Amino acid sequence: MKKQFNRQSETGGGRSSVMEGYNFAYLDEQTKRMIRRTILKAVAIPGYQVPFGSREMPLPYGWGTGGIQITASLIGSEDILKVIDQGADDTTNAVSIRRFFSRTAGALTTTRTREATIIQTRHRIPETHLTKDQIIVYQVPIPEPLRFIEPRAKEVCRMHALKEYGIMFVKLYEDISRHGRIAKAFDYPVLVNDRYVMSPSPIPKFDNPKMDRMPALQLFGAGREKRIYAVPPYTKVKSLDFEDYPFEVERWPHCCALCGSGNSYLDEIIMDDRGSKMFICSDTNHCNERVARGHKGNQEEPVEKAQISIGTGARKCA
Amino acid sequence: MCIKDSDHIPLLKVKSISRYYGRRIGCRGIEFELWPGEVLGIVGESGSGKTTLLNCISGQLEPSEGAVWYASNGGVIDMCVAPEPQKRLVMRTEMGTVYQNPRDGLRMHVSAGGNIGERLMANGLRHYGQVRRKALNWLEKVEIDSERIDDTPTTFSGGMQQRLQIARNLVTGPRLIFMDEPTSGLDVSVQARLLDLLKSLVTELDLSMVMVTHDLAVTRLLAHRLIVMKGGKAVESGLTDQVLDDPQHPYTQLLVSSILQP
Ligand SMILES: [Zn+2]
Repeated sequence: MKKQFNRQSETGGGRSSVMEGYNFAYLDEQTKRMIRRTILKAVAIPGYQVPFGSREMPLPYGWGTGGIQITASLIGSEDILKVIDQGADDTTNAVSIRRFFSRTAGALTTTRTREATIIQTRHRIPETHLTKDQIIVYQVPIPEPLRFIEPRAKEVCRMHALKEYGIMFVKLYEDISRHGRIAKAFDYPVLVNDRYVMSPSPIPKFDNPKMDRMPALQLFGAGREKRIYAVPPYTKVKSLDFEDYPFEVERWPHCCALCGSGNSYLDEIIMDDRGSKMFICSDTNHCNERVARGHKGNQEEPVEKAQISIGTGARKCA
Repeated sequence: MCIKDSDHIPLLKVKSISRYYGRRIGCRGIEFELWPGEVLGIVGESGSGKTTLLNCISGQLEPSEGAVWYASNGGVIDMCVAPEPQKRLVMRTEMGTVYQNPRDGLRMHVSAGGNIGERLMANGLRHYGQVRRKALNWLEKVEIDSERIDDTPTTFSGGMQQRLQIARNLVTGPRLIFMDEPTSGLDVSVQARLLDLLKSLVTELDLSMVMVTHDLAVTRLLAHRLIVMKGGKAVESGLTDQVLDDPQHPYTQLLVSSILQP
């Protein structure tokens, strides 16, 4: 039975006519089955990178070909797709991918996190809590968290197989001895289900806690590296840290200049050539919805000096 | 098997180890026992099979035949057939290997502190302050200035790199250390300092050691017993002084006479 869906999307979109001459969602059915089998394996072994026969896609690598293949193999005619890039729905990358699926699958698209059944993302997790009826698909450039320190692929496999992750802590140790704290701000490694160390893709570490026991299914696709991995719903995801240097997320000394949000990830916007700055939500949908509900920031007063501190200070926000 | 009485059984019992590379012999039919606190020197020229033998008994190379019984803290295990996780656990907690080339034994782009801390963290220590303290303590023990804790080994001299390798291995309190030509390539005075350090650490920590070297002077200083290898086989073995002062096999006689020449 077809779900009736009335769109009231912020941007245009909706169901457009499907392009002739392509299979539904571009990939042939056999390839989609192969990818779905890979996804099932990945779900069965949370955090483990499963190799798959990545296909050439009509977009260059680096544009999320891994994520696109996952989305293509999952999307059905009743799905509603949201695509974000750094939190925004309107960047070239996000627009291209959305257009790709509305043309090849006639997919309904939305910018509203709550409405989406599939959210494909590059570098952010939406601020809105995801639900058990949603799937989030991450675009992954480098899936192997151990590679930076152990270039031998065979040794890396063995380290995962035997759960030998001492080397990850060497990296954190080096950070602390050099910078006085764990400096890694993006792609901060996590331990999934107390078993596999996993790269969360280049999301800010701010988003790491959202992965922990998330009700939505989390899927990760690396096209160039030909790997798919997954975090099933409600799975434990722990950011690596030391007892005396616990994991902490970024905090800002101010609120979103547009919506006044005090607990979202903020982007720094340069306002003019005198260097005045403004901080606004990176998640544009979250920000717009708050503004629509009447929340306000103090956008008249751009912040003069950027101060991002770690783990300090509560903000008093609207 | 769960025997555990380190005074009454050898720490290591090597049973007829052979390793072939195709039809070529790496080493053949080697047998020996190593007792707690004992230092065994394996001497021979390059190509004599001594490094192949060391790699077989230290778990880095699978022998073609034979067994290596190791009396671990958890009981006696055959290193050749033990499951990989058990073997690797024993290797990183109870054993250590110091390589001839520091690049094989150190992470050259990780600080000295990180190099020493790796085994601690691999064994589950999750406290930065404790890792740091133990690293400082071990730098002192191997006579490296504690100010160098955050420097990478690339900035260290050859002798310091070898001492750092030693600290990196000993930090988890292993019982058995394998050494492959630890002093070769170093200046004579640097060699002497390293050997003195090794000698005092072996005594202080009651370490057992298997050391491969071509240098009989090194074995004279450190080893209790010797095995002389030639063409992959052991041609002579015995107490170090005995072998060096009264060599029986012509090959050993040749080695001894060549070292005595000025
Ligand atoms: Zn906002």
